[in-house]
Amino acid sequence: MSLPDPLTDQHRYISNASQDVGEMLEVIGIDDIDRLFETIPADVKLTELLNIPGPWSEIESRRWFRALAAKNLTAVDHVSFLGGGAYLHYQPACIDQLLLRAEFLTSYTPYQPEVSQGTLQSIFEYQTHQCLLTGLDVANASLYDGSTGLCEAVLLAERVVRKRTKVVIAKSVHPQYTETVRTYVQNLGYEIVEVGWTNDGRIDTEALRAACTNDVFAVAVQSPNFLGVIEDYDAIAQIADAAGAVKIAVIAEATSLGILTPPGAHGFDIAVGEGQAWGVPTQYGGPFVGFMVVKDALKRHMPGRLVGETVDVDGKRAYVLTLATREQHIRRGKATSNICTNEALIALAANMYLSLMGKEGLREVGQQCLSKAAYLRSELQKIGSVILPFSGPVYNEFVVRTPFPAAEILADLEHHKILGGIPLGQFYEGHDDEFLVAVTELHTRENLDQFVAALTAAISRERR
Amino acid sequence: MTPEDNRYAKSHEYVHPEAEGDVVVIGITDYAQKELGDVVFVELPQVGTELEQGDEFGSIESVKAVSELFSPVSGEVVEVNEALNDKPELVNTDPYGDGWMMKMRLSTPEEVDEMMTAEEYEEYVEKESAH
Repeated sequence: MSLPDPLTDQHRYISNASQDVGEMLEVIGIDDIDRLFETIPADVKLTELLNIPGPWSEIESRRWFRALAAKNLTAVDHVSFLGGGAYLHYQPACIDQLLLRAEFLTSYTPYQPEVSQGTLQSIFEYQTHQCLLTGLDVANASLYDGSTGLCEAVLLAERVVRKRTKVVIAKSVHPQYTETVRTYVQNLGYEIVEVGWTNDGRIDTEALRAACTNDVFAVAVQSPNFLGVIEDYDAIAQIADAAGAVKIAVIAEATSLGILTPPGAHGFDIAVGEGQAWGVPTQYGGPFVGFMVVKDALKRHMPGRLVGETVDVDGKRAYVLTLATREQHIRRGKATSNICTNEALIALAANMYLSLMGKEGLREVGQQCLSKAAYLRSELQKIGSVILPFSGPVYNEFVVRTPFPAAEILADLEHHKILGGIPLGQFYEGHDDEFLVAVTELHTRENLDQFVAALTAAISRERR
Repeated sequence: MTPEDNRYAKSHEYVHPEAEGDVVVIGITDYAQKELGDVVFVELPQVGTELEQGDEFGSIESVKAVSELFSPVSGEVVEVNEALNDKPELVNTDPYGDGWMMKMRLSTPEEVDEMMTAEEYEEYVEKESAH
């Protein structure tokens, strides 16, 4: 890689002159700057300069970007059945409007909690919602997203159990979450043991039992899992308990908590997941918001920010940052976690969503998702060559198999303005004829019938 | 008063010999608890843990800060004070009695002899607090 020379006009914003760079490399004792980037896989590194045309005026740039953006297939002009960790749900319009209030939008970490009571109250409400929905005791005030949330849960479990080296993760946990955990723990000496599924799409409990040796510190399962199937928490908890492992429940479709019994009610120790489904737009994959809720006994091992309720000198309700003594700004290298920021604004959006929907609204969302998915499933089963390979119970997402490559079927559906699902083959070897379909309350019966008709037509075109 | 029959470490832990055998009781001193302020949580090791002199054996959290606890001697943890789970404030109210933290079976009993006596510790604390 050759570095730009700041002395020439093209790179006026990059301040490291080659002489400076040379001196810095000498101090740290390496001779080539590429050594600093060794951990980045070669195939994702740029090997040539970006092909950026220009210079252009603002008008020209906008025109160019608009043309680029027009190539996107969006859920606005398509009917989308994409899920797999990011879901299209109804977002009450007032959420965006309220988020624009400067008190919310511009406020930073409430390091002076006594004068940030409004911010703290909103965080406390968010935490309260998390506890109610997961059936657990203490929630932190958000993590980055579901994947890094799982990483924090795994690290938490290791801090609690100690001196064990393995974490069991169901193969049906979102594969990108597991991949993120792999990245986190690769230099910590922990081993990830993956356990597959059986015909019903639920975790293979026999394999789980075999994997749960006495050097396992945590067991993580997702429910509904990446195949859309709802796991049997009780059976899993029993096996994990026998090994003395911390039980982690991962939730990627947060609205499912409005209708399914929460992981806390099944004895799970940690619930962690992705809160995007709570009224947050899919916005190209982020920012999303990670949530984490734990049993009381684990609260001191939990990373991140926490707001507590107390009373002031006059006995009036007041909010404080609590357990901050374990955070990085106080405890430096010995902090519980190096997570030192969060997704406060997105968490606030989730809080607003949950407040607006309320108990009834959340149940309604859950019921609509469940019923509409059930309707689509029954209609799909009427198409002779379509198979729903997993027999386990589902919420709003499920796997569809046809006799043809999923990529071809989905490309065909795209021509009919339908984003039909996510091909499973990119995540699991040997599943090229399957794709994942997500249904939410936003789908109309017409949308669902349209999907069935388009899929029927696509299959018969493939036949020819 | 600093109990005469204990030995003390610079990191403010005390070692109290049990009536017989090579088992000692370990906790933090009265001076240490006053410096920390109200204790809200004590994290202790699992019974059976082997510790070397100077190893971190847990942490103590007060309203002000979280501090590490260091083992002043080497040996095996044979008992921890479970009462601190519910009543961490015992460390404040009775550091040398009910606020003890763990019992250890010494592997190198000579280490205790090298620790400070009550008198030496008081002098040490006086110097330290003068800073």
